[in-house]
Amino acid sequence: MIRATSQEQAVAPRSGDERKWTRQHLLDVDDLSGDEIGLLMETADSMKEVLGRDVPRVPTLRGRTVVTLFYEASTRTRASFELAGKALGADVINVAAGGSSVEKGESLIDTVRTLQAVGADVLVMRHGSSGAPHLVARHVRSSVINAGDGWHAHPTQALLDLYTMRAHLGDVRGRRVVIVGDIAHSRVARSNIWLLSNAGAEVTVCGPATLLPAGLRSGDPPVEEPQALPRVNVETDLDAAVEGADVLMALRLQKERMTGGLLPSLREYATLYQLNESRVARAASGALVMHPGPINEGVEISPAVASSLQSVIDEQVTNGVAVRMAALLLMCGVKTG
Amino acid sequence: MNDITVRGGRVLDPANGIDAVADVIVRDGVIAEVGKAAKAPGDVIDASGLVVCPGFVDVHAHLREPGFEHKETVETGTRAAARGGFTTVCAMPNTEPPTDSAGAVEFVLRTAAAKGVVRVLPIGCVTKGRAGHDLAELAELSAAGAVAFSDDGAPVADAALMRRALEYAGMLQTPVIDHAEEPALAAGGVMHEGWVSTRLGLRGVPAAAEESFVARDIALAQATGSRVHLAHVSTAGSVELVRAAKARGAPVTAEVTPHHLALTHEAVLTGPTEGGALAYDTNAKVNPPLRTPEDVAACVAGLLDGTIDCIATDHAPHATQDKLCEFDAAAMGISGLETALALSLTAIPLEAAVERLTAAPAATLGLERHVPGIGSLSKGAPGDVAIIDPEGEWTVEPETFASLGKNTPLTGRTLKGRVVATVYAGKVVHDAR
Amino acid sequence: MIARTVLSAEEIRRAVRRIAHEIVERNHGLADVVLVGMRTRGVPLANRLAEAIGEIEDASVPVGALDIGLYRDDIASRAPHVQPTDLPMAMEGRTVILVDDVLYTGRSIRAALNALTDFGRPAAIQLAVLVDRGHRQLPIRADYVGKNIPTALHEDVDVLLEETDGHDEVRIAREEGEQ
Repeated sequence: MIRATSQEQAVAPRSGDERKWTRQHLLDVDDLSGDEIGLLMETADSMKEVLGRDVPRVPTLRGRTVVTLFYEASTRTRASFELAGKALGADVINVAAGGSSVEKGESLIDTVRTLQAVGADVLVMRHGSSGAPHLVARHVRSSVINAGDGWHAHPTQALLDLYTMRAHLGDVRGRRVVIVGDIAHSRVARSNIWLLSNAGAEVTVCGPATLLPAGLRSGDPPVEEPQALPRVNVETDLDAAVEGADVLMALRLQKERMTGGLLPSLREYATLYQLNESRVARAASGALVMHPGPINEGVEISPAVASSLQSVIDEQVTNGVAVRMAALLLMCGVKTG
Repeated sequence: MNDITVRGGRVLDPANGIDAVADVIVRDGVIAEVGKAAKAPGDVIDASGLVVCPGFVDVHAHLREPGFEHKETVETGTRAAARGGFTTVCAMPNTEPPTDSAGAVEFVLRTAAAKGVVRVLPIGCVTKGRAGHDLAELAELSAAGAVAFSDDGAPVADAALMRRALEYAGMLQTPVIDHAEEPALAAGGVMHEGWVSTRLGLRGVPAAAEESFVARDIALAQATGSRVHLAHVSTAGSVELVRAAKARGAPVTAEVTPHHLALTHEAVLTGPTEGGALAYDTNAKVNPPLRTPEDVAACVAGLLDGTIDCIATDHAPHATQDKLCEFDAAAMGISGLETALALSLTAIPLEAAVERLTAAPAATLGLERHVPGIGSLSKGAPGDVAIIDPEGEWTVEPETFASLGKNTPLTGRTLKGRVVATVYAGKVVHDAR
Repeated sequence: MIARTVLSAEEIRRAVRRIAHEIVERNHGLADVVLVGMRTRGVPLANRLAEAIGEIEDASVPVGALDIGLYRDDIASRAPHVQPTDLPMAMEGRTVILVDDVLYTGRSIRAALNALTDFGRPAAIQLAVLVDRGHRQLPIRADYVGKNIPTALHEDVDVLLEETDGHDEVRIAREEGEQ
C-alpha cells in the first residue's frame, strides 16, 4: 500500500516488507537476529545481481566515504570491501596502519577520531587485537564494520560462508558442517560457530588438541554458560569427523603455529588434517568444500580438492563482495550521531 | 598533639580478641586506652552505630613513585589508602628505578615522611634491577628499612636464584614475596584461560601457570626453611597446594586480593554493567587474572579457614591512557585501595574481614618487628584507627578517588561498607562523617 | 482516516486496456518493445499490460521488473530494502515502457531512468502510469496515464491490486480533521 504523506515518502518502498536494519555497527555475528540475517542475505542477492551486470556499479552510496583501516596486512578482505564500496558508488579510502598503534605512538582512539573528523561514514576495521573494533565503536559516530579482530570474530566472512552454503543447500538447518584446522586462533572459526549454530546447523570442529581453544579440549570441564560459544562437536580425528558431512571447511594454517611448539611439522599436520580426496569421499555426496583463503595448497587442502567441482572457494570470494555490499548498504541507511 | 576520643563505637580488635562497645582514646599519637572513658579528652569522634578497628595494613600496593608519577605518587597513593581505611601500606619495588638499593629504600621513606598521609613500609627487590639475574644487596635493603623482598610484577623465574634468595633472606628473617607465575605458560596471556577467553578470542593464562610456581615456591621454602609469602593467590589449585603445605608445616604464607574474592573472569566480558555489546573491559585486566567462580569460592574458603593468611590490595593504579586502548595493549592492574573493604565484605563476614585487614597482614609479614603494636589497638600501639560503617552503601565513582588510578572494574556498582574516618598516628587523615 | 474510492476495479481494468491500445498504436509492430514494471505495484501492472497487448495484437511483449532502491537519493533517511532487478534481456536498442502505479514528485522515475541506463542504452524510454496525482518536483511527464487525479499534498493515493493487496481499487485517503 502506498503511503505518500510527504515528499520523502513519495518514493517510499512499495514492498509490504517493513523489516528495518537498525544496527549501527557490525562487530559480531552472535547477536544477529534471524530477521537481520535474512535481510542481509536478501540484500546480498540484489547485490549479486548488480555484480552480474556489464557495468557492476550503482550510485547508491554516492557521496559516502568508506574508510578501510587495516592494522593487519590483508589483500583479500580489504580488496573485497573496496570493491563493494566502489560498486555502490562510495568513495573508498584505504588506510594501512602498519604495526600496532602503540608502536606508532598514536593511540587507536586518536586515529579513528581523525578518520571520523575527515568524514568517514563507515569504518571497516581489521585489527590484531580482539575487541579493538568494540573499543572504536564506543568512541566514534561512524559505523564500524569489523573486518576481523584478533582471534575473535570475522562477521562478513561468516556471513558470506552462510550465504554460499544457502545458495547450494537451501536452509542449513540440520546440515552437518565440519570446520577443520586451527580453531583456537581462528576468528573465522568462531564467527562461523556462532552464525551456523544460530542458523540451526550442526557444527563439528576438528583439529589437533593444541589448536583447540579452552572449553573445547578433552580435559576441559563442560561449559554451561549462556554467554559461552555455542556447543559444538569436537573431534581430533578428521576421518571420523567428515563422515556424512554436508560442508567441509578448511581453515588456513598460519605458518607461525610451527614455531610456537603447537605442531611438530607441516608434513604431519597435512597427514592428519588435510582435506584430500579420500576424506571428501567420506562426506555426503555433493558436500561443499570451502576455505576462507588464502590457501596453503598441499597443507590444509589438497590441490585436487581445492579445484574440484565440489569446491565453492572461488564462489566464496564473489559472494564476499555481495555480502559486504549488503553490509555497507544497510549500515549507511542507519541514521547516526 | 591533640588527643582523640573515638566514642561509643563497636570496637573490633582481633589482635586482642576484643569485640565490644567501647571508647578508644588516642594520646600523643598512640593508643592510650580502649574502654569506657569517664570523660572524653581531646577531639571526639562519635562512632555510635559504627565499627572501630585498627587501621588497615596493606602488605601489597604499588605507589609508582619514583618513575611513574603520572600513575600514582606516594602522596596520592597514601591519600587513597587513608580513604580506604589503611594506615600502613607496603610499597612494592617495581618503580623506576626499582627499589633495589639502600638509597632507593631511603628515597621511599623520605618521600613518605614528607608527602605521605599514612605509614609507608618499603619492600625491596629480590634481584638487582628486578632483572632476575643477581641478588640485590638484601642485607643493606633490610638495614635501610625494607620489610620484605619481592620482584613483584614478575616472579623470580630462576629456581636456583629463588633458592639462594630464600636462604639469604632467611638469614635476615625477612620473607620473600613471590609473584607466582610460570613465565612461559603465562606468556602473552591477557586474561584467565577459560570459556570467556575462548569466547572473546583473547590469549589466556592457564591456572597451571600460577599453580606450578606455587608448588615450586613451597618446595623451595620447605627445602631452605625460609619463609616464602605468595602474593595474590588466585586459583583453587593454589589454595589447595598452600593448604597441604601448611598442613606439613612448610614456612609459607599467602595473600588474596579483594578482587579475587569478589570478581570473576566474566567481568572482562560484561564490564561493570551487564547487557550490550561485549565489553572487553580493560579495567578488569589484572595479573593474576580474574578467575572462575570456583576459584573465587576456593579463595574465600581458603581465606576463612586460614589457608590464606590475609587480604592485600595489589593496588595497581594506571593512567587513563594505559587502559583506554586495545585489550591486548592495556596495562594490567586495578586501583584497589579505596574499594578494598567494601569488596571484601561482599565475600566474607565483617569480623573476618577486619582481622584479615589488620592483625593478619601485620603478622604475615612480621611487621611487629618494625612497628610494635601495628595492626592492633593495644595500649602503646600506633594511634591508627579505622572507623567504618559496615552497612553504609555507596556507589563507586572513580572520579572521586584520591588515587590517580581511576582504573576499577566496579564503576557504578553500589557496595556496602564505607570508611567513615581514618586516624593515623593520632591524626585524622580521612573524614567522611 | 477518511478514504474515498476514485477508481473501481472495473475502471482500473478499462484504464489498463486503454493504455494497452495506446501503446500498440504508438509503437507499431511492437518489435523492440519491452515492459519494465517498477517494484512493487508496477510489476503486476506491466504484466496486465502485456496480457492486454497480447489480446489486441496477438504479440508477446517481454516483461521485466526494476527495483530502484539502489538509485534513490534519500538513503540517509532510511535503511533501504532492496529487491533484485530482473530484466529479460539487454536494454540496448529496445523501446522500454516503464510502468508504475502512481506518478507523483517524479523522483522515483528519475531513479528508474538512471537505473535503466545502467543496463544498456535503450532506443527510447516511455512512461506508463495508472494514476498521475500531480505535484511534480522534476521535469517528468507520463506518455500513458490511466487517470489524472488532482490531489492535495496531505492526501495519500492508495493503489490496491489483486496481486499484491487482494483486490483492485484506487482510493484517496486523508487524516481526519484535515481540510
